[in-house]
Amino acid sequence: MTVTVRIPTPLRKLTGGADEVSIEGATIGAMIDNLESAHAGLKERLCDENGEIRRFVNVYLNDEDVRFLNGRDTELKDGDEGSIVPAIACGN
Amino acid sequence: MSESIVRALKCRECGQEYEIQPTHVCEYCFGPLEVVYDYEKLQGKFTRELIESRPQTMWRYKELLPIDGEPQVGVNNGFTPLIRADRLAKALGVKELYIKNDSVCYPTLSFKDRVVSVALSKAVEFGFKTVACASTGNLAGSVAANAAAAGLESYVFIPEDLEQGKVLGAAVFGTNIIGIRGQYDDVNRLCSEVAGKYGWAFVNVNVRPFYAEGSKSMGYEIMEQLGWKAPKHVVVPMASGSLCTKIDKSIKEFIKLGLIEDNGTAVYGAQATGCSPISKSVKDGTDMIHPVKANTIAKSLAIGNPADGFYANRVIKESGGWSEDVSDKEVIAAMKLLAETEGIFAETAGGVTLGCAIKLLESGKLPSDESIVLCITGNGLKTQEAVMNEVTKPRIINASLKEFDVLAEADGVALN
Repeated sequence: MTVTVRIPTPLRKLTGGADEVSIEGATIGAMIDNLESAHAGLKERLCDENGEIRRFVNVYLNDEDVRFLNGRDTELKDGDEGSIVPAIACGN
Repeated sequence: MSESIVRALKCRECGQEYEIQPTHVCEYCFGPLEVVYDYEKLQGKFTRELIESRPQTMWRYKELLPIDGEPQVGVNNGFTPLIRADRLAKALGVKELYIKNDSVCYPTLSFKDRVVSVALSKAVEFGFKTVACASTGNLAGSVAANAAAAGLESYVFIPEDLEQGKVLGAAVFGTNIIGIRGQYDDVNRLCSEVAGKYGWAFVNVNVRPFYAEGSKSMGYEIMEQLGWKAPKHVVVPMASGSLCTKIDKSIKEFIKLGLIEDNGTAVYGAQATGCSPISKSVKDGTDMIHPVKANTIAKSLAIGNPADGFYANRVIKESGGWSEDVSDKEVIAAMKLLAETEGIFAETAGGVTLGCAIKLLESGKLPSDESIVLCITGNGLKTQEAVMNEVTKPRIINASLKEFDVLAEADGVALN
């Protein structure tokens, strides 16, 4: 499966400035591993030592938070769009 | 006092420090960045007398807000009343109760005017011409108004289903208002992506570390207005959880600077049951925050994935407080109780705060014989839909004394 992933500003130093990258992977977990192979250093930004997505990182697949899907095991289809977004907030 | 005591931006997770710049996320671990200060530079210089000599705005505490020199935007914002709420206290069986009433905050009737004046002042310092935000409503109105007054362009992004008062309360200022199909968390995600692409100051994205500090002014005011004293207990509404952490920070700063004694203040967080990821984590005794899909009339608190949830959870536990959540029905009942006992028409989030305080008193988590401050953060005129069908409608009569006499007699009104 080939998916495109949008890269947030703080991580673009690792992608040579690219704001979007194409990556292979059957699942979100595999996608993150392949991101790491292509752009060393990305995985440790996204995942903790156990490989879980960090508390302050939101990973979206086609606009849905993967925490509401199957997390790292969420399966990917060709043409899916992923996005990595740091947690932010408003409200009170 | 002209020298800034702001030291750096520091990652709350790994401690990495960054120069002051418009950024909000640690490049190493994605943790949130926070403004840190060299407090020792203020020792002996930042006194009660100095503060009291200044105009009654939030900027009387400017040394502890992360700007250089004088504020550029929102110079009149803040300094809202702290009410001794004796009638409400009696209704609740509480000895000493206060309401910090940001439902009348200048200029847009919510505590967001505090954070926005800091964020926009900083944006001007950084040289931005366009400011923007992701908002559940109050922030949109505040960004739009304060940007208008400062001559800045603005874009505000809101969920499309917001209350009419909040939509109007932003649109009237001539902002570019964008309604997003989806919930606040969807708006938030989009804005994070927009912020990465357009060179704007997003108050709650790239200038968030500065923005969030503005909330501390609510805490400073409470302490000054109590006669330079922290309350024993403070109840705070939570969406992202940021306000909770900043009230706590404000108290610790005043203690550090010798402006007040440590009163062992406990911080309590209030949420609506339909969006209670932080409250649930506290009650479950964990620090894991599980994102939820929000469903509550308290739309200003409807953040299902709270960015500061983890830190709010920690502040609540470490301060000896607790957290509670209330149903929509309890929210409305509390809004009415506050209005009928104290003459304060708070928005739904105010109903959440009071509703949770009532539950915390009932469960004994909040003691009734010590000082309690309730933080009311927004105005009920902006969330009229919530109570529209819950209040008595006007009785319509002709301009006839006879007709009124009939009505008065039915009410049992005595004639003098």
